Amino acid sequence: MLKRAQALFLGLLGPVVALATAGNVSAESATRQLNMPQGVTEVSQAAYDIHMIMMWICTVIGVAVFGFMFYVMYAHRKSRGAVAANFHEHHVVELIWTIVPALILIVMAIPATTALLKVYDTENADIDIKVTGYQWKWQYEYIGEGVKFMSELRTSQDEIYGRAPKGEHYLREVTQPLVIPTGKKVRFLITGNDVIHSWWVPDFGVKRDAVPGLFTAAWAKTDIPGTYVGECTELCGIGHAFMPVVVEVKPEAEYNEWLAAKKEEAAVYASTIGKEWTFDELMVRGEEVYERSCAGCHQSDGKGIAGVFPALKDSPIALGAKEGHIAVLINGVPGTSMQSFADQLSEVDIAAVVHYERNAWDNNVGDLTQPIDVLNYKQGQ
Amino acid sequence: MAHGPATLADGWLKYISRWVFTTNHKDIGTLYLWFSFAMFIMGGAFAMVIRAELFQPGMQLIKPEFFNQMTTMHGLVMVFGAIMPAFVGLANWMIPMMIGAPDMALPRMNNLSFWILPFAFAILTSTLFMEGGGPNFGWTFYAPLSTTYAPDTVNYFIFGVHIMGASSIMGSINIIATVMNMRAPGMTYMKMPMFVWTWVITAFLLVAVMPVLAGAVTMMLMDINFGTSFFDAAGGGDPVLFQHIFWFFGHPEVYIIILPAFGVVSQIIPTFSRKPLFGYSSMVYATAAIAFLSFVVWAHHMFTVGMPIAGELYFMYATMLIAVPTGVKVFNWITTMYRGSLTFETPMLFSIAFVILFTFGGFTGMMLSIAAADMQYHDTYFVVAHFHYVMVAGAVFSGTAAVYYWLPKWCGKMYDETMGKLQFWIAFIGFNITFMPQHFLGLAGMPRRYADYGLQFADWNMVSSIGAFMYGGAQILFLYNVIRTIGWGKPTNDPQVWEGAEGLEWTLPTPAPYHTFATPPKLK
Repeated sequence: MLKRAQALFLGLLGPVVALATAGNVSAESATRQLNMPQGVTEVSQAAYDIHMIMMWICTVIGVAVFGFMFYVMYAHRKSRGAVAANFHEHHVVELIWTIVPALILIVMAIPATTALLKVYDTENADIDIKVTGYQWKWQYEYIGEGVKFMSELRTSQDEIYGRAPKGEHYLREVTQPLVIPTGKKVRFLITGNDVIHSWWVPDFGVKRDAVPGLFTAAWAKTDIPGTYVGECTELCGIGHAFMPVVVEVKPEAEYNEWLAAKKEEAAVYASTIGKEWTFDELMVRGEEVYERSCAGCHQSDGKGIAGVFPALKDSPIALGAKEGHIAVLINGVPGTSMQSFADQLSEVDIAAVVHYERNAWDNNVGDLTQPIDVLNYKQGQ
Repeated sequence: MAHGPATLADGWLKYISRWVFTTNHKDIGTLYLWFSFAMFIMGGAFAMVIRAELFQPGMQLIKPEFFNQMTTMHGLVMVFGAIMPAFVGLANWMIPMMIGAPDMALPRMNNLSFWILPFAFAILTSTLFMEGGGPNFGWTFYAPLSTTYAPDTVNYFIFGVHIMGASSIMGSINIIATVMNMRAPGMTYMKMPMFVWTWVITAFLLVAVMPVLAGAVTMMLMDINFGTSFFDAAGGGDPVLFQHIFWFFGHPEVYIIILPAFGVVSQIIPTFSRKPLFGYSSMVYATAAIAFLSFVVWAHHMFTVGMPIAGELYFMYATMLIAVPTGVKVFNWITTMYRGSLTFETPMLFSIAFVILFTFGGFTGMMLSIAAADMQYHDTYFVVAHFHYVMVAGAVFSGTAAVYYWLPKWCGKMYDETMGKLQFWIAFIGFNITFMPQHFLGLAGMPRRYADYGLQFADWNMVSSIGAFMYGGAQILFLYNVIRTIGWGKPTNDPQVWEGAEGLEWTLPTPAPYHTFATPPKLK
């Protein structure tokens, strides 16, 4: 408790310290961070520089204006015997304080424009990555490489709801981070699948809305390897705070190894799609997928939220024909929050979660759903 | 004078009928003010729920679903239910008295525009008790989260917004008609008090943009119920279109909130400086310039949406320009104080705090206008801090100042100065403890509308929550002070009330009679 109070006290002194030592604060002392990070790219550096210029200009103007105001409040108070003057106009002064701020603005517009041009310099990229926002996860696709995966929050519901101690990376950890190499210009093509999200990595100075039906571009190039954490910054529903962005920057050789491994993984997966799964295997995998991708809306107990998200327990779809159940996952339900999971989940995962929903919470249908069923449905479409 | 108002002595039925059927501008002003205070307490309670949940990381008290309803309802209730009606109430009370008119120009419409408001908010808040819950898509209700992905209760929200819009439009027409037609002989436009000027300009803004809001929610209604695709990309629509329409309303809306606050402060500072307002005509022109600029800067709320660079540059430059007329106003207020004879009663304290904190919010606003830096600030707590500095320390502080300033004139009783000052200091300190740390949170990377956050944000969130409870407590004290004044305050009959007060309203007896200026006053 004392330590906490001490930390708070130091924090309250923070503004002074921040101005004196303004600069990059490393991740270890993130609790003490008060200022915008300088980040690791040209763009984030440009944003930081213009931010500091603006802050200093505002500070100087503020000190001058409020300094004068406090002097007036001290010197011209009635209790000190001040007698009111009666002037109420002075054209020259009024003209000066209209023109001078306008001139300051024109001067400020120059670095502001240069910085913005840098943000928009998305041409001649070495690598293109498509970033798609889903409720509530990110999908990354390496264009032309055949590598595509989902990146979801790894923090457990138990940690969030206080049933387990919170880990060091609470809400800052994902199942699979985005990986990019050092020294290459990476272009992000950002879009949304359902509602609008926003993809933000502060250390890259990249924040772009992920709008359905629209592609926006941003870029990053850095020489500093490391793990950079960001967030979704556009309200996107109940999981808004639970879809962080994690990017790992690796030296080029390591990146190439990682990419090759990813490609192999995809090939191996394609060859095992015909495997027959047992009832229990499907239940275990299905529960895992359900908790990650479905429980946010339909809840862990399958009861949903009345009026918003339908219950799956005793639902006619879960108790009905297998094909109809698979169809809902593949196609989604147009006009509702139920999206298509065809691109989000693998055939194995869809099969497992359908199987789980049909056999959990006393939905004892008892049948088996195999990946091949899902594949057949997809191909039959 | 024909008749006085019915009091409780005439029986309950008569007393209630008086308020329901009243066409008296003072009664309607009172109704608006009490209604807005009730909404202020309700919106404040929602904020307390938000801050209590954010006191520590993790989900402790509520679920994210309800958290989103709270952030949405807090914004909607505060903007449309608390701040806007409060200033309409002040306008109703003061504009006729300031321009020497017997009443508002359209008294029956005045009654209607108030009495539909409680229904609008009853409809809106009733959704919290319905299956599916209240609106959960933020007060900016971006499509498609507010259309395809919204709970069914969104239709109630749309209906409620329509009624609020109708109320605002009627109120504005009334103010414009009153000021244009009912000024006392000799009260030329350039002699009107600043409060009247700021309200006329605000009324024009309202008439211009409330229909745009109505259009936006109607398009949502069509998308949800009638199969259109204005905002649905899958049907050929565009979610970004919604944002353009919303902010074409939304940016003038924030000036609708702040301009009457400017007007209030421009009345109070000269009074307690015992010196005329400096640069009256430049104040009028600056207000008009701000109103004009408000129509041409809307997309600075959308810097991260992926506009072409030419659009970004234009909206950045146009937004930066707002600093010029706003600066003129701040310099004028300070120069009004310069070489005055200052005293620091509660209304003056709130007004000075307004000037300092609003200007601080203006500085962060200027930082936000720089598009490249906004890529980092956008949708973080830095923005939350910014707009609470201009909305709370701006509009709410000035509304509080106005109540203390005019309350003796309204009820003929003086508030307790010590209690007023106590409220001021608790509010001032509480406010800054709440919102100053939110700048740091935003810069360090905490997005807004987050039900939960990483451990690195824990300290400042706790500080912010403590400040919020303190600020909330100050409002209870405010309610106590007002009730105590009306009930048991020290009676006063001094028409001028304040030594330095100038203007027609201070020539009337205290308390102000039910009917005033039945014959137009003669201006000096």
